[in-house]
Amino acid sequence: MAKFTKKKDGDLPAVSTASLPDIVFMLLFFFMTVTTMKDSSLMVENVLPNASEVKKLEKKDRVLYIYVGTPTRDYQKVFGTEPKIQLNDKFANVTDVGDFILEERAKKPQELQNVLTTALKVDKNASMGVISDIKLELRKVNALKVNYTTYEGDAFRNIQ
Amino acid sequence: MSRRGGPPEVNAGSMADIAFLLLIFFLVTTTIETDAGLDRMLPPMEPPEDNVVIKQKNIFTVNINKSGQLLVEEELTNLKDLRSKAMAFLDNGGDGTCNYCKGRKDESSSDNPSKAIISLKNDRETKYGTYITVQNELVGAYNELRNREAQRLYGRDFTDMEAEFLNPETPSSIRDDLKEKVKRVQDLFPQKLSEAETSTSN
Repeated sequence: MAKFTKKKDGDLPAVSTASLPDIVFMLLFFFMTVTTMKDSSLMVENVLPNASEVKKLEKKDRVLYIYVGTPTRDYQKVFGTEPKIQLNDKFANVTDVGDFILEERAKKPQELQNVLTTALKVDKNASMGVISDIKLELRKVNALKVNYTTYEGDAFRNIQ
Repeated sequence: MSRRGGPPEVNAGSMADIAFLLLIFFLVTTTIETDAGLDRMLPPMEPPEDNVVIKQKNIFTVNINKSGQLLVEEELTNLKDLRSKAMAFLDNGGDGTCNYCKGRKDESSSDNPSKAIISLKNDRETKYGTYITVQNELVGAYNELRNREAQRLYGRDFTDMEAEFLNPETPSSIRDDLKEKVKRVQDLFPQKLSEAETSTSN
């Protein structure tokens, strides 16, 4: 009988947490593989529209990004609520777009300079006026390949 | 001193903390990149030397006004009907030179897919979301027709072939083969989507 009573002196055995690191590492590896490093922090609202007929942007080194949208809440006091253009980490005017493209193009290796794509990441609530101006600027500097970056999904969700 | 129950357990509690730390670091410094979208070519700034005259019936006009309403060929149209209308226009084959078209052969609509042009105009106040939806539908119309032809010729979808062709991981032997096929289907329904002013004559 003594054999059975002896064990009852302790509390509940500690829950084994040995598998917790494994789970967290699994999550970590998932995030490491599906995400990329942020190169610029967004200062504008950027809810992209949906489209179903999308093509993937291959080869990241051939893409220049232009962001358009209303400034996020932190910047609204200074910059208002009208859609603004963001180039790299700065707000910019439409007239700066051409210079930006030329500058970025000059930074790329020679053989890529003619095959660059401009990805327009535009908030779906922005108006076309800004986009038309940007497109005109792009045409002026002969950057004719554009990509309207979108989420994959049903395009009719944009107009609700 | 004899120990019972094997070697002592290693305390792995702090390992989880370290892993969490790494995880949180990755959560804040990275983004899930959206890298897909509608590819478009802008027209060059200099107008072409020779002044091309295009028949009115070969132009499919789409106007978007500032509240997002559509005027297609002078007719108020629902966005949902745009794709089928554009397909009917492209696939029409009015002058009978198109032997793969399955359209109505309407005299007053486009002559041949290679001559058919879609002209898109929008207001400065138009919402970007609406514009993208319209673009999506027009590209969709081209893709559906190209898919149909690709299915007939090669037994697989055009969009599928194009995606494989553009994928840099595809071996070059397959890509060379695909290039020809993609080119051929593209030539059957060349994408002529204009946003610039087009001169017309009746």
